[in-house]
Amino acid sequence: MSFFQNKNLRIVSVVGLSFAFFAAVLPNVKAQDVVTITGVGSSFAAPLYQNWAASAVKDINIKVNYQPLGSSAGKNQIIAKTVNFGALDMATPIEQLTKEDLVQFPTAIGGVAVVVNVPGLKEGHLRLTGDIVADIYAGKVTKWNDPRIVAINKEITLPAIDIAPVYRADGSGTTQVFTSYLSKESANWKKAYGSNTSIAWAVGMGGRGNGAVASMVKNIQGGIGYVEYAYALQNHLNTAQLKNVAGDFVSINEDSIKAAAKAADWVHAKNYDVDLIDTKDAASWPIVSTTYVLVPAQNKNSQEVTKFFRWGFEHGDAIANQLHYIPLPVVVKEKIEKTWEYAGVAGKEAKAK
Amino acid sequence: MLLKQAGYRKDKKIIPYLFTSLMWCGGALIFLIFLGLIFELFWQGKQAFSVFGFHFITSTDWNPGEQQFSAGAALVGTLVSSCIGVVLALPLSFGCAYCLNELMPQRFSKYITASIQLLAAIPSIILGMWGFFILVPLMSQYVQPFLKNIFGNVPYIELLFSGGTYGIGILTAGLILAIMITPFITAIMQESFANTPVMLKESAYSLGATRWEVMHQVIVPWVQKGVVGGVVLGWGRALGETMAVTFVIGNAHHASWSLFMPSNTIASLIALEFSESAAGSLKMSSLMALGAVLMVISFVVLFCSQLLLKQVLKSR
Amino acid sequence: MAQDVKKLQGRTNHLITWRFIKNRLMTVFAFSTILVMLCILISVLITLFINGLSGLSFFTLTHMTAPQGLPGGLLNPILGSMIQVGIAIIIAVPTGILGGIFLAECSNKKLSTIIRFIADIMMSVPSILIGLFVYILLVMTMGYSALAGSVALALLALPVIARTTEEALNMVPSAIHEAGFALGAPKWKVILFICLPAAKGGIITGILLSISRMAGETAPLLFTSLGNSDWSWNILKPMASLPLTIYQYADSADDTWIKLAWTAALLITFFVLCLNLIARIYVDRHRKKD
Repeated sequence: MSFFQNKNLRIVSVVGLSFAFFAAVLPNVKAQDVVTITGVGSSFAAPLYQNWAASAVKDINIKVNYQPLGSSAGKNQIIAKTVNFGALDMATPIEQLTKEDLVQFPTAIGGVAVVVNVPGLKEGHLRLTGDIVADIYAGKVTKWNDPRIVAINKEITLPAIDIAPVYRADGSGTTQVFTSYLSKESANWKKAYGSNTSIAWAVGMGGRGNGAVASMVKNIQGGIGYVEYAYALQNHLNTAQLKNVAGDFVSINEDSIKAAAKAADWVHAKNYDVDLIDTKDAASWPIVSTTYVLVPAQNKNSQEVTKFFRWGFEHGDAIANQLHYIPLPVVVKEKIEKTWEYAGVAGKEAKAK
Repeated sequence: MLLKQAGYRKDKKIIPYLFTSLMWCGGALIFLIFLGLIFELFWQGKQAFSVFGFHFITSTDWNPGEQQFSAGAALVGTLVSSCIGVVLALPLSFGCAYCLNELMPQRFSKYITASIQLLAAIPSIILGMWGFFILVPLMSQYVQPFLKNIFGNVPYIELLFSGGTYGIGILTAGLILAIMITPFITAIMQESFANTPVMLKESAYSLGATRWEVMHQVIVPWVQKGVVGGVVLGWGRALGETMAVTFVIGNAHHASWSLFMPSNTIASLIALEFSESAAGSLKMSSLMALGAVLMVISFVVLFCSQLLLKQVLKSR
Repeated sequence: MAQDVKKLQGRTNHLITWRFIKNRLMTVFAFSTILVMLCILISVLITLFINGLSGLSFFTLTHMTAPQGLPGGLLNPILGSMIQVGIAIIIAVPTGILGGIFLAECSNKKLSTIIRFIADIMMSVPSILIGLFVYILLVMTMGYSALAGSVALALLALPVIARTTEEALNMVPSAIHEAGFALGAPKWKVILFICLPAAKGGIITGILLSISRMAGETAPLLFTSLGNSDWSWNILKPMASLPLTIYQYADSADDTWIKLAWTAALLITFFVLCLNLIARIYVDRHRKKD
């Protein structure tokens, strides 16, 4: 009759013990001076920030909770000041920065890879041009053995299967970079779709975040998609070569991205707003972009954020390289330091160390 | 004992009063949650309804870059995918219920009923994962090319099976939904079938009727409403299913004739777009309005199913 | 019977043969539907075991989720799920039982019919809408929190518990009911101390089934408890949970994350199926007792 029969007591004690077990194994990182900062945004930069955070906590006692919800979310939430920093894959115009009183600085450089899943194709052998990619996403090229694709891929045989274009369903800086590339390459694309963080796609299917696009391309025969280089490598996806402005077909790799980064004029760019798409160097990969962080100016929490990123700039290059990001040139890092001081967000103590 | 009684006398008036009012609160809570649910969704979606008006339902534009939102494409996706689910689930669950109730000896059917009900207990996100990793490759390599071969040249019907065989799309979503709702519909059918008076069945058998004739001409007419009610209830569940569908539907804002094309449902659109909509924005309001539309549809469907089921299951 | 059938068949008549063929065909069809459903169930379970078992280790159970590329476990989502479902049960059980008592005992039949109808509809209302509702109600005012997630789960469980409580109360023989009244006990005492304990079996079954439903729900948590890659005991802060982790990990293309997602899926499914089995066995035992 009573609810406290032996059997029930036993269940209660089992539940209690398991809780105790979990409580005991929970690592106690409750050192008194650990500060937690929250960031939201670009899923491209997520592996970098999260890995930096995992290593930085020992050195600077700052914990970073980074949620990769997409660049649009990063911008929205930092404007609403619900997080400590927002991460974006595209530069924010200066009018908006001053209006919202935000400081912008770049953190790393990355390339956007065009990834494909065509059966029987060797890694990195497929050649495409910006024009063809634009027509694939516009629904005008629908088969992998389309004469235009075959014309530039004479030495490989392409199957007669449907092309399944995959795009980012969430608002994303990667989409902005990719569609600006398509707009530069194809006048038709520019007219019909333009470039934005999310556009009204003609064909294909959407995935949430770089990861979902990568996994959809991996899973769907005939798939084509665009993801950040790091994701393409980590997930062993087949990348396509693209024709750059110099007329050469280049594969995406650290060198071709670095070539593009070098070709840009960092010193004179206002607010680090450099255009790395279609740079003229013969070796450069055409779709390259910088990833940025936004923090509120004259804000105490922002000092913790910059402390974290200073750690990243000073000690994080090895991690960045390991994750296939291109670290910023030293000149740019020095310039960023000045920007922080000017905006009153430079965390001083860490520098003394 | 005496003390207890004295205490009891003291609260004699308070406790019954407290108890009744708590009981009424319990009932009222269900009522209030339901009203609050409908009201809040419409209230929050007000901005979208006033900006887009009736076009919110009829248009298929969805372009966050240009602040264009509408429910059309997702609405079509919701209705089509759930209808596919019901159409596929109906024969499946009818067969299962027929077999379990009429054909199989009870000692086997007990365990098989239980295992089919276990399928209903598997969380939808797990069926979604299974769908994405197991079903999608199967669909793209075997089922969809097969369907294309058969119907590819039939006029009009070919439209339904045109486009690429990606595996992801509205048909796959319908299939997953069918798997999810079959156990529900089976359970209701089994219960309805069991409600047929034994006398009726026995007399039909004694007239030489086969098992199928008894099923077809005696049981089904007798429990018609229950069967229809069960199917409609299954449909209602399919309408709002989120996680399983999100994995396989392809998240594309298109309404097309082809069942192979990626599409979207209201629920998966809300789940997808929510995290990047700023509070108070037109987009957030549009998502709430989408929720209100979904609420209205599922309310109507569930209302009908309950009306139908009440009449049959009451006789229990 | 069999002889009759043979006699009938003997007088071969096309109509009759067709009748028997049809009967046979439908039997084959019915058995094949059963086969299809069982195959699907087995396929799901086997997929889960093959992909999930390899990731199930002591390390997984005792380490927190880690960023992509670093070894991580599932400790915080497991704990988060337990806590959120626990709080949801604490909220839903008393309110649900009260609602059930109301449905069973309310003297105003019209009102109780309407509320029963609403509860039935609420049971099938899309869970994502419940999530939106709680988002409007709690998150818009207090921010994302584990508590909001629990409330959303509780709202899902409430109608289920209320209806099962009502059904269990109605099953209590009226003789017991009346015996209580005959002893002079007031109504609240009869319900609370006679009817409820007598209906315990049905109520506990309902609670177990609603726990198993809550454990796997994802959609309502998406808007309420948000997920957290770290751990905090604070229930007013975002909290991780198994379904949300699956949602995040399964959608990635990282092999170790997908493996962890399968492991998480295996954990939830195992838990849910066990609860269902326990509930079923419980019901069977109670039926036998009666």
